[in-house]
Amino acid sequence: MVDSLKIELQFSGGMELLFDNQKAIVTQVPTQFPLESSASDEKPHAANIKDLIGWMATTLLKERPELFIGPDGSVRSGILVLVNGADWELEGELEYELEDGDEIVFISTLHGG
Amino acid sequence: MDSTATSPPPPPTKKPLKNPCNLCQSVRAILKRPKTGQQLCKECFFHVFETEIHNTITDNKLFSRGNRVAIGASGGKDSTVLAYVMKLLNDRYDYGLDLVLLSIDEGITGYRDDSLETVKRNRDQYQIPLLIISYKDLYGWSMDDIVKEIGRKNNCTFCGVFRRQALDRGAIMLNVDHIVTGHNADDIAETVLMNILRGDLPRLQRCTSIITNDTSEDSSGIETSKILRSKPFKYTYEKEIVMYAYFKKLDYFSTECIYSPNAYRGHARVFLKDLEAIRRTTIVDIIHSGEALSASVQANESTKLPTMSNCTRCGYISSNELCKACLLLEGLNRGLPQLGIGQTTKIRRMHDAAALNSTLASGLSVPNPTASSGTEESPNGANKESSSRGGVVVTHIKDLERLTTMPTLNTI
Repeated sequence: MVDSLKIELQFSGGMELLFDNQKAIVTQVPTQFPLESSASDEKPHAANIKDLIGWMATTLLKERPELFIGPDGSVRSGILVLVNGADWELEGELEYELEDGDEIVFISTLHGG
Repeated sequence: MDSTATSPPPPPTKKPLKNPCNLCQSVRAILKRPKTGQQLCKECFFHVFETEIHNTITDNKLFSRGNRVAIGASGGKDSTVLAYVMKLLNDRYDYGLDLVLLSIDEGITGYRDDSLETVKRNRDQYQIPLLIISYKDLYGWSMDDIVKEIGRKNNCTFCGVFRRQALDRGAIMLNVDHIVTGHNADDIAETVLMNILRGDLPRLQRCTSIITNDTSEDSSGIETSKILRSKPFKYTYEKEIVMYAYFKKLDYFSTECIYSPNAYRGHARVFLKDLEAIRRTTIVDIIHSGEALSASVQANESTKLPTMSNCTRCGYISSNELCKACLLLEGLNRGLPQLGIGQTTKIRRMHDAAALNSTLASGLSVPNPTASSGTEESPNGANKESSSRGGVVVTHIKDLERLTTMPTLNTI
């Protein structure tokens, strides 16, 4: 049993500006949430996208997390998410359980046209 | 294990397709359409997306064969996808359109200069000629200059007013019949909401029409009145535009304008997204309500819209004697940048009174102290104006010369 999942995160549409201008980050995400360090009273469960978003906001985001994460723990409205090349709305959105090797894309739609 | 021995290979061993496309049923879906909830594979999505825009264009008879059409191009997602799709549909359905890219350089260092590089790449990628015209050349002021003068409070007013005219002026230079812009369904719904909140009925009407033509009462050769404007993406959702650009790997620029927090629109946007989460059809509903409201405004005689005529200074379409851009420019050139911001009727009255004073003064041609004090503030403005007319600044649409040659792919 691995204790972390290898996940490739990709950013476009201006999303990369929040992540040090990196278009892609390969990272190791814990398999189980909530983390022991957190004071959450959630039941332990396999990592899903909602956990990933919260984890990204605390570990990867350097500034202005409110431009990425909304008050409900999802991405801010206007950010599109793709799971392995498909719209996350087809994959269960926040509840999608992460798998080792997943590729998650975040695209901002908020910037001028 | 050795199932290959038996023939034919049994399909059941193949994992059933997860999320098959609702149209072709044979490929995995990659997008859930916001408009319909349908799930589509990449190829079916491209087909549906392009065909819907084609239908919008033909149902509304936006163009006629032989039209020269300028695509307002900022380098952002919407106009990049618009340029790509216009080119594609023009070729696929043989519209017979002569396409040009038209970009406005507002003069914003670190924002527009970079996005114009994207437009130049689009010019080469799509093989569409490009004209870039700048605020500096047209008005004598770049947005950087304006922000230095007035700060960051009302700069978006200047930019918005100047951009609309600049596009028209560029269109005249290019001798085009029509300007298309990348406004999408989400943008239009936001604008409807904002115009309703402000009670701005003329703008409500303009923002919901798919095609507009600024016809003035005085149709005596003022050329802006001939140029049509339309929004082929009126029914196209932002999500699909972004997904289309992503899957087609289109090259677009995505940075927020450094001067524009645009808080009001931002709130309208978040509000719409929240509504949409509850009710999928929110965007079209709001566009529809905008259309219904402007129809009833039109039907109601008592709420007459302002009659349009032409600006006495530059000839641009205006509901006042001086158009908003000339009023703003006068303020900038006189060192009174607040002129034209917010409540403008008082300022206009001051302007009219000053003009009357100076006419009276010159008509009487009697040197008297009242007359000289009445014209006291004009020398400054008058000097600026006459000197700029000698240079590159074009203040009259009538003075604007058409380009003798169309921009080519290699120039500019």
